[in-house]
Amino acid sequence: MGTENKEAWGSRIGLVLAMAGNAVGLGNFLRFPAQAVQNGGGAFIIPYLVCFVLMGLPLLYVEWAMGRHAGNRGHHSTPFIFGAMHKHSFWKYAGVLGLFISIGICAYYTYIEAWTLSWAYHSAMGHFMGMSQDQVAAFFKNYVALGTSEPIMVWVLCVALNTWILSRGLQGGVEMAAKIGMPLLLLFGVVLAFRGVTLTAGSHGAVNSGLLGLNFLWTPNFSSIWDPVVWRNAAGQIFFTLSLGMGSIHCYASYVKCKDDIALNAMSAGWMNEFVEVVLGSAIIIPIAVGYLGVDKVVEMTKGGSGFGIGFMTLPYLFTQWGPALSALSGIMWFGLLFFAGITSSLAMGTPVMAFMEDEFGWKRRNGALFFGAAVLLLGIPSVLSQEAFNEFDYWAGTIALVVFSLLEIILFAWVFGMEKGWKEITAGADMKVPIAFKYVIKYVTPVFLLIVFVGSLPEVWATLTKPVTFQVALARGLMVALFAGLSGLVWLAGRKKVTI
Amino acid sequence: MSTSALTIMLITEVTITAFTLYYFWKVVTTPPRAEPDSYAANDDEPR
Repeated sequence: MGTENKEAWGSRIGLVLAMAGNAVGLGNFLRFPAQAVQNGGGAFIIPYLVCFVLMGLPLLYVEWAMGRHAGNRGHHSTPFIFGAMHKHSFWKYAGVLGLFISIGICAYYTYIEAWTLSWAYHSAMGHFMGMSQDQVAAFFKNYVALGTSEPIMVWVLCVALNTWILSRGLQGGVEMAAKIGMPLLLLFGVVLAFRGVTLTAGSHGAVNSGLLGLNFLWTPNFSSIWDPVVWRNAAGQIFFTLSLGMGSIHCYASYVKCKDDIALNAMSAGWMNEFVEVVLGSAIIIPIAVGYLGVDKVVEMTKGGSGFGIGFMTLPYLFTQWGPALSALSGIMWFGLLFFAGITSSLAMGTPVMAFMEDEFGWKRRNGALFFGAAVLLLGIPSVLSQEAFNEFDYWAGTIALVVFSLLEIILFAWVFGMEKGWKEITAGADMKVPIAFKYVIKYVTPVFLLIVFVGSLPEVWATLTKPVTFQVALARGLMVALFAGLSGLVWLAGRKKVTI
Repeated sequence: MSTSALTIMLITEVTITAFTLYYFWKVVTTPPRAEPDSYAANDDEPR
């Protein structure tokens, strides 16, 4: 059993908002609409919702149940949460992936947070006024190419802000940030979505109405449903959007007592994320971008499915068409929204790392937060300096590791821990009736689903591993291997003795 | 908007909004458990 950890949630709504904040991220507003455009428009929603029900909801139940089970035994980080499910040491080391993913993703994710903060500032100061679209794009490219010292300073500020909020603990830090950030995010999202869909051709320089963008996004291309790539992308989006397979849901749920509900909390947070993604996320960037640029240009700009091009290089220019005051306000709301979405997610990734040091080594909360901040700063430097390193961290820590971790956790929960015990964990203290069908979906369907996604990704992984690499890519991979080895070493050490610092 | 686009959008968004509001309403209206529970805000003594 770990050292006594006195953290607690302040209120149930605070927990649900923090969990929703964990899930709601940049992907809800940038990646989802871009993926929908590239994968069959309105028809994308069918594989997307099927993946949500057969993979997303079951994994939410599983991660909440695992977290609460181990939390009541004194463990709040995935190595020892996995260890609490089965005593074989393999599972403890499999759980190291949760810490690895949290730090690995934050190493580049906090840098994107810095972009949003910078862009909110530049919007507020009117720096985009008078620029052409190409000049805004050049401004962004110069920024990420470190043409100035601003990106590094703002990134360090973002990491420091994350560290400071984490050091204030669950109730005073993470929960407080979610209680402020989530309502503001929803407010900004609703205002911008309203603006997007009410955009009319001819006003403020728009050449199309916002509804044309909505029509383009939601017009179904049913032939795409039979394309396996579309299903893979839908599954990937569900992973990404619900923050599954990262260890953060386990950690947040581990502070819930065994007699309290997890099932209803999981559903509330999960569906809240879907509302933000599908209802709000689909009504902002695509309608506004189509309104000014037309359908063909938007299709071209969403290639790759990330939406970053439109979000950072185009929208600031489009906002300037609305006049100085509305442009500044819209810029603050859009990039403020992205910042809140980002920071509530990065805080969720920092919490398990901090909890690991607190539980297993008896560290004080502040020291645990500093450890996380220092690790993110150290590992984030290559991503800040090189786009190749950035992509490498995103691919291994932010994509492949999530699938591996989720596959391992569903096997551990449904087959090693056992589905009978697992079902009792999910339904204990539940404030809703969990449909019995999920018992069988968790045991049979979700593992097969994940196995298919995993096996399907192997050819690409092999191709990535066998092609020649640059120094930056090799450095990023070396750092990730060192991170995993270092964390495994800490887990081994924690198993041997308790170190009090 | 075309009929097919409008239909898919409305069905999807109404369904998701309904589930979101329903579950959040249940969270808000479900009475808290007897102490000690998981939440510190309603504790008699600070933790």
